[in-house]
Amino acid sequence: MTAAQWIGGLLVLAGIPFLLLGTLGLLRFPDVYPRLHALAKSDNVGLGLVCIGLGVQSGSLTLLLKLVLIWVLMLIASATAAGLIARTALARGLRPWGT
Amino acid sequence: MGVAGVIFDVLLALALTWLAWQATRAADLFHAVVSFIVFGLLMALAWVRLEAPDIALAEAAIGAGATGALLLSALDRLASRERRRRLLYEPGAAWGFWIPAGGALLGALTLAAWKLPAPGLGNEVRAALGVSGVEHPVTAVLLNFRALDTLLEIGVLLLAAITIWSLGRAPSPLIPAMPSPALPALGRLLFPVFVLVAAYLLWRGSHAPGGAFPAGAVLGAGAILMLLAGARPWIRSSERGPWRWILSLGLVMLLAAGIAGTLAGQAFFEYPPGTAGPLILLLEVAAGLSIALLLFALYLRGEPCEHGYRGKGR
Amino acid sequence: MVYLSLTGVLFVLGLHGLFTARNLLRRLLSLNILTTSVFLLFVVMARLAEPLDNVPHAIVLTGIVITVSTTAVALALVVRIAGRMREEDVGAAADTRGDVE
Repeated sequence: MTAAQWIGGLLVLAGIPFLLLGTLGLLRFPDVYPRLHALAKSDNVGLGLVCIGLGVQSGSLTLLLKLVLIWVLMLIASATAAGLIARTALARGLRPWGT
Repeated sequence: MGVAGVIFDVLLALALTWLAWQATRAADLFHAVVSFIVFGLLMALAWVRLEAPDIALAEAAIGAGATGALLLSALDRLASRERRRRLLYEPGAAWGFWIPAGGALLGALTLAAWKLPAPGLGNEVRAALGVSGVEHPVTAVLLNFRALDTLLEIGVLLLAAITIWSLGRAPSPLIPAMPSPALPALGRLLFPVFVLVAAYLLWRGSHAPGGAFPAGAVLGAGAILMLLAGARPWIRSSERGPWRWILSLGLVMLLAAGIAGTLAGQAFFEYPPGTAGPLILLLEVAAGLSIALLLFALYLRGEPCEHGYRGKGR
Repeated sequence: MVYLSLTGVLFVLGLHGLFTARNLLRRLLSLNILTTSVFLLFVVMARLAEPLDNVPHAIVLTGIVITVSTTAVALALVVRIAGRMREEDVGAAADTRGDVE
């Protein structure tokens, strides 16, 4: 086990709780808006940590850059998708929970 | 790998079974369609586990992506719950009949598959790879050894597009009901990336998983995204634009490649020695462009109108 | 192997759905699952071969594209059928069975 592998493994392990919490939020939050909040925030952090961790572990710069590119594309896509879902829900008259 | 791999496989198989059950049985059609899309994505994971990365790419891009877009837009056309229920056909038959019948058919198929020559063609493909002009076996099979299959496949895709266009004009604009400022910006931002990824996949195809089919699907998906973001489709029926040529480009090029071999006194689809590599790349570019535009044409669900849209539609 | 049994399960699910679903769209989903199970059988066979057999992979790639064209044509037809059925509802008394096919 080289240093890069240790660091990569630690980053992946650090990412897992974010993904778990995001999924927990998706399952347990009361309506669509907090669920989007949970997914769009914590899952993206988790995904980023896992991607960077795997890239560091691979020991190749091109692979790391490709994984980071995937993460950036995911960030853009999930931000847009979350916005679209929230807007559609509002337009259909779904009131945020507790208001 | 051992135990962890088996556990992962079992979990994946259970998830796939559950999703397939949801897709065929869920009470709400939207639920069923979304289950099917997730099923396609997880299936891509299963293909990777089965050492078939090419199929994984195609399944993620075409199986889940393009089919998903088609299903969702069809669902949107069948919008009201009333009309969804109207698609009744006949009362369901009993499980008591279908489980034995399906099991028997499956058993017969498995037996037939088992009787196939055991070692497969892996050795032959590997032996002939040197003269095929490419380094990736799947691309070699698709565009050299069995190029006839690819020719017919693009023919089927073209026929499907013609069938759909002959059903009538394209329906009302396919713009989402709730336009968001983020979506057009996303389209503008991502379309170059789509083109880049498609070109990368095409180039990769000669030596690694990739090739014309995933590349075409990615490009087609980019075009559909632009359409959803409010861009006007530049395919219009009245114009003698280049798009008709691009639609049939893949088929024409493959046919030309096949017939040229015959005219030169060789077998159908026998490339002249030494030119196989560049020729395959050319064919792949043509096939990729055609597939992208054909998938987009399938998504339009009708012959495009003169002005792109036809007012409010139905 | 796990995937061989998955093939069987998906095959039976797809076949049952294809023949008993009362909704045309659902039937189309079942057809897609049925084809996936056949692809899965092909790829499992390719994997069991020694060395890895690439010909079934190419066949399945072709098959996926054919499936998407079939699905697209069928979807276009389903949408047309649905539109026509609604028009008939306006005039004649609605028959719950519908006279599709």
